[in-house]
Amino acid sequence: MRKDIIEIRWHGRGGQGAVTAAKIVANAAFNVGYRGVLMMPTFGTERRGAPVVTFLKLSKEKIYDISPIEKPDMVVVLDHLIIEEVSIIDDIKPGGFLIVNTPKPVEAYKYNGLKVAVADVTKIACEAGLQNGIVNSGIIGAFAKASGLVDIEALVEAIKYEFKERKPIENALAASLTYDKTVIGDK
Amino acid sequence: MHIIESGNVAAAIGVKLSRTQVIAAYPITPQTPLTEKLSEFVELGELDAQYIPVESEHSALAVCIAASSTGARAFTGTSANGLLYMSEQIHWAAGARLPIVMCVVNRGIGAPWTVWNDHQDSISQRDNGWIQIYANDHQQIIDSVIKAFFLAEKVSIPVMVCYDGYILSHTYMPFEIPDQSKVDEFLPKFSPNYALHPDEPANLNSVTFPDVRNDIRGNLAPGYMEIRHMLHRDMREAIGEIDEIDKRYLKIFGRGGTPFVEGYKNEDAAFIAVCLGSLSYRLRDVVDTLRQEGINVGVVSIHVYRPFPEKEVVCAFKKAKKVIVFEKALSYGNEGALYADIKSALYSCEERPLVQNYILGIGGREIKTDDLYNTLKDSCTIHKSSICQPKWIGLKM
Repeated sequence: MRKDIIEIRWHGRGGQGAVTAAKIVANAAFNVGYRGVLMMPTFGTERRGAPVVTFLKLSKEKIYDISPIEKPDMVVVLDHLIIEEVSIIDDIKPGGFLIVNTPKPVEAYKYNGLKVAVADVTKIACEAGLQNGIVNSGIIGAFAKASGLVDIEALVEAIKYEFKERKPIENALAASLTYDKTVIGDK
Repeated sequence: MHIIESGNVAAAIGVKLSRTQVIAAYPITPQTPLTEKLSEFVELGELDAQYIPVESEHSALAVCIAASSTGARAFTGTSANGLLYMSEQIHWAAGARLPIVMCVVNRGIGAPWTVWNDHQDSISQRDNGWIQIYANDHQQIIDSVIKAFFLAEKVSIPVMVCYDGYILSHTYMPFEIPDQSKVDEFLPKFSPNYALHPDEPANLNSVTFPDVRNDIRGNLAPGYMEIRHMLHRDMREAIGEIDEIDKRYLKIFGRGGTPFVEGYKNEDAAFIAVCLGSLSYRLRDVVDTLRQEGINVGVVSIHVYRPFPEKEVVCAFKKAKKVIVFEKALSYGNEGALYADIKSALYSCEERPLVQNYILGIGGREIKTDDLYNTLKDSCTIHKSSICQPKWIGLKM
């Protein structure tokens, strides 16, 4: 209904940290002036490893509509294999953005009318000194580069704060390295 | 200070800022993170309270009743079947006039088993003598909890602060945390007129005869009916207190001004949607879209459901030709409880608007924005003279 709300859907696996990633972006967005920030995990019976979804809405004004996102402007995928498991492309708005953690090149993702950004976050995060499989800080770098919605500096600060007891420097580095290495495809 | 956190954490911080002394609760989805956060506050020494783990919701409220009887500020929280399991003690707490505050994180009731949101749990506890407040967002949750303690202690009636399970309890949004010093100024230490003490054992709320009679000092003592009449009278008088408390809160914290009903574009509206809880905020965007199409519509949310503020409710419908009540609960075999209350409040008006009832979101059934838009639009354009049974939105079979 409201045109000013940017709707971002996050796909990950239970235990992968998609909710934490969305929470970090929510905090950073609020800190840089978004007054409308809403983060909704999906509800019910989450299991480790199973595909999970988290919703994030951003606006400069207060958001009153607390409801799941029906047509996202952007979709962020923490594990590229999820694209083959569940339908996540069909309801993205025309001209919307798909942001994927994948070892594949951006050319591997061709969808009519969608913009695509890719980064091998799994690999980059290891280079940054994180344990294999920790991707929820790195993916934020890809989100920052692709969306341009929140400055990477603000996001890095929010990452350091969230992970203050769990490798803050390495998590922050994963995001900034991913930011540099994110490839945005031709539309 | 603003933070971005879940609704359950907002409630927990409100309980902490209120310097609650006794907490007894049994975890149940979607209330669980609220009790976890409170036990964490107590464990870390951030909240100087006794956290008493119990084996059931019935015991949780029994502990709060005992604690409150000794003059302690007591809190519990629950959802759905947990609320029903404590039902006998819910009536008791009200009859005993104990100022306990309880968060009800609204969830549908089994059978069949559901963990998702609707309002049947708190609505089914409508007539037990508790004040019921419904919050629309996290700021209202934290503010309502703090205000609820003051209100409960002022009128000696327990208060339920109800908020939507998952939709509010598990969603993250920014809200302001009031300063502890200001909360202390607003909410002084609880000092009841009477408190049970081991040095002076007493028998409270024992068998009370149908008629009045002289007590051991020769004074006329109320019978059961007088005691119950006082509860009702004080509940009605609480409406004035709620207004005063809101004004004082507004002065200290800068938030408030809509203690009973919160309207949006309702002043001049010919059509007004009404509901409890977060759905009313969601309807604001639908109202804006319909206004752009030239439909003169607004939305009103009811914050205080018991005592029912019928004057303020009727006042919110000044120009309304039709009032459309959206409910996540119903009185089975009849109609929505809020719908019935609103019709009753409007009955004495000279010019009564039509009132229509929709049931939706039962057991967490997704409420589609398109469905809200189409329903409200139809309701604003189709005029029928007699509307009886509620219509269900989103039924698929």
